[in-house]
Amino acid sequence: MEAAEKIYDAVRDGKRDAGEKAEAAGVNRLELSFLSRAENVSLARLLTAALAAERELTLAELDEIKVAVSEAVSNAIIHGYQGREDRYVRLCLELSPDTLKVTVRDDGVGMADVEQALRPNWSGSGRMGLGFAFMHSFMDRVEVESALGLGTTVTLYKDLP
Amino acid sequence: MKITLKSKSFMNKRWLWAHPEGELDMASAARFRSELEGAISAGGYRYLWLDMSAVTFIDSSGLGVILGRYRQLQPLGGSVIITRPSEQIYRLLTAAGLHRIMEIDRPLSLRYREEGI
Repeated sequence: MEAAEKIYDAVRDGKRDAGEKAEAAGVNRLELSFLSRAENVSLARLLTAALAAERELTLAELDEIKVAVSEAVSNAIIHGYQGREDRYVRLCLELSPDTLKVTVRDDGVGMADVEQALRPNWSGSGRMGLGFAFMHSFMDRVEVESALGLGTTVTLYKDLP
Repeated sequence: MKITLKSKSFMNKRWLWAHPEGELDMASAARFRSELEGAISAGGYRYLWLDMSAVTFIDSSGLGVILGRYRQLQPLGGSVIITRPSEQIYRLLTAAGLHRIMEIDRPLSLRYREEGI
């Protein structure tokens, strides 16, 4: 019993240390895994905006971040999962002193040619090919990692004032 | 998303007036599209008037529906106009280039700041 308590204390202190380090560095993190259903797109963008609102961003900037997240999550559902509603999209948010980092990951079909997907009017999904265009124009940096059959990870960065 | 549809006479034309409320994203796009498409065909409209005053969010899914209605009406000699968008919605409409093919109301708050009206 005593040994178990010692282990528990050690784990708790370890967690507290990690938490304190994150706090000292001014970093906040959130992770959310949700079903690939259309109604969850708004939850993803609202959660992101709620976290970003801790910083001094204008309403216009918060709206732009919401659009970028909406595009990334819509892509994951429409293209990654081909509209299937029973898969999971993972959203990771990291708010550090100078950056908001948003990662949207799916385990869907993936893309053989990321460059091709980044060109406007590529998909024919009725969204004017604007998904990546909006992500690029509303965020400061966009990274896309994908491989056929291995899903897609989109990382969006917004520099904070 | 909720949508109200009415027939209106304006500038000697018969318009399908549409007042969507809420968010126009991939969750509402299919219904937004079918409501407009259906009413346009059923009423034989050539002119669509979108009152965007109650739209709180739009992304490429919603913008795609609007472009689709332009493409539906333009071959018939018709057109689309957009009134009363919020500043955020206006920015998205212009970022998508829709102001080049349809009349869009510039929000008063934007005109006040940028043109000093």
